[in-house]
Amino acid sequence: MSANSENLVEINGVDFGYEHNLVLGNINLKVKRGQVVAILGPSGCGKTTLLRLIGGQLKPDKGKVLVDSRSVAELDRHELYDLRRKMGMLFQFGALFTDLSVFENIAFQMREHTDLPEAMITNLVLMKLHAVGLRGAHDLMPSELSGGMARRVALARAIALDPMLIMYDEPFAGLDPISLGIVGKLIRTVNDALGTTSIIVTHDVATSLDIVDYVYLVSDGRVVADGTVGEIRGTQDAFVQQFIRGEADGPVAFHYPAEAYGDMVFGQPSDWHR
Amino acid sequence: MKPEMNRNKGATRYGLMTLAAVGARATDIVSRAGLAGRFLVETFYYSALCLRRPGLVVKEIYFVGVLSLAIIVVSGLFVGMVLGLQMYDTLDRFGSGDVVGMVVALSLVRELGPVLTAILFASRAGSAVTAEIGLMRATEQISAMEMMAIQPIARVITPRFWASVISLPLLTSIFNVTGILGGYLVAVNLLGVDAGTFWSEMQDSIDFRLDIMNGLIKSVIFAVAVSLVAVFEGYYATATAEGVSRATTRTVVISALLVLGLDFVLTAFMFRGV
Repeated sequence: MSANSENLVEINGVDFGYEHNLVLGNINLKVKRGQVVAILGPSGCGKTTLLRLIGGQLKPDKGKVLVDSRSVAELDRHELYDLRRKMGMLFQFGALFTDLSVFENIAFQMREHTDLPEAMITNLVLMKLHAVGLRGAHDLMPSELSGGMARRVALARAIALDPMLIMYDEPFAGLDPISLGIVGKLIRTVNDALGTTSIIVTHDVATSLDIVDYVYLVSDGRVVADGTVGEIRGTQDAFVQQFIRGEADGPVAFHYPAEAYGDMVFGQPSDWHR
Repeated sequence: MKPEMNRNKGATRYGLMTLAAVGARATDIVSRAGLAGRFLVETFYYSALCLRRPGLVVKEIYFVGVLSLAIIVVSGLFVGMVLGLQMYDTLDRFGSGDVVGMVVALSLVRELGPVLTAILFASRAGSAVTAEIGLMRATEQISAMEMMAIQPIARVITPRFWASVISLPLLTSIFNVTGILGGYLVAVNLLGVDAGTFWSEMQDSIDFRLDIMNGLIKSVIFAVAVSLVAVFEGYYATATAEGVSRATTRTVVISALLVLGLDFVLTAFMFRGV
């Protein structure tokens, strides 16, 4: 396979579990260069684990994770860090460095990885901040930012070194509708302006379907459906419909598995109570 | 089955469970100690960054060292004053109240200075370092750093470790000096010991190598122990509010016990038969 293959990320038959608890089973997934791809699924279905596998923070038990045609799990530490320099990641709540100002947060990687002169760093940081509309907030500390602003700063930090792949871990969680719209729009425009590839892991169906090119639906550690936004909206699959419409009961049960109600009420508590 | 047999069986089971719990705790302690040892080696391995960018260490010295000055100076002064009062009271019964300066200085330089400073330092600075690193882990700042291809042990741990190792012996010296001044205030100004006698007795009987150097060696060893505990507990803290609070408590408790235990061993080697 050439390094310029059409797919930037390929996940082939990956199994992954924490101790004896299988989180992902036989996952297959492809992300084309230049696209924005959403990985949708209920909370706790292994979406974040998937991002950690792509970033090489976890190694699959079986199968292969290829990024830019290289198997992430087989890279040594040096090669892995080289690869990570070309990736940007936006964590769930921003994960900004709380002891550094907004400006220094974005300058952080430039200072660590490059020998750019100070004037150049200032220029670049202001440019990134301008792109997310927060040039005026450059000297604030992360504790002074609202949730939406923190997310935008984290986005500016993720694109600091113009990565080839940007990963978003629940970028919409806990945002008000206006911030939600802003962050959604930014993800799309940043991807197109920089010509990068983006993977969004989220359970926010409405916002993500508006901005992405392709969707993977994950449930119980498996890919249950995939397709373009139109295909996903048009599918008749019961789970997909429940998930997209946000219905409380359906293929995904409302109740956590339990003993029969009658047995628990009328039986001996010692039978079921720990 | 007879109730008596049942009781016996219960007792046996309880005994076995206790034994198992003790065993589990013991293996847990041993494996954590091993992990801490490996962590120390890694910390040394990645320390080159601190030489390349001494600014990182200086910044941390401000937080752990300079900001600890107040508590160290005040504690030193009071410990010295109390020592002066108590020692003069006892020595005067044997008609040797004049040597109070020597006794105060000896107890401070050999024992109280290094031990009390290390314990105060662990409570003031060590706990803060643990909480800071633990919260960095809980808010995914450590993960974010890994994803930016920056080794967190190099960037976060080593500057804090070396800052503590440098600060503690200096603080110990300051503690000793203020303690001696406290003893002077009480002995000379309050109890009427002759100032000349106070200093000359001290000068005559304190040996630079035996007393002062050994005291400093002690404080360097305590510094390594306390700093290691602080950064280790923070780095491996469970990423929750409860986990960070437990880690902070453990830092203070383990540091205090380690310092007292090490002090006994070091004293046995340094001062036995002197």
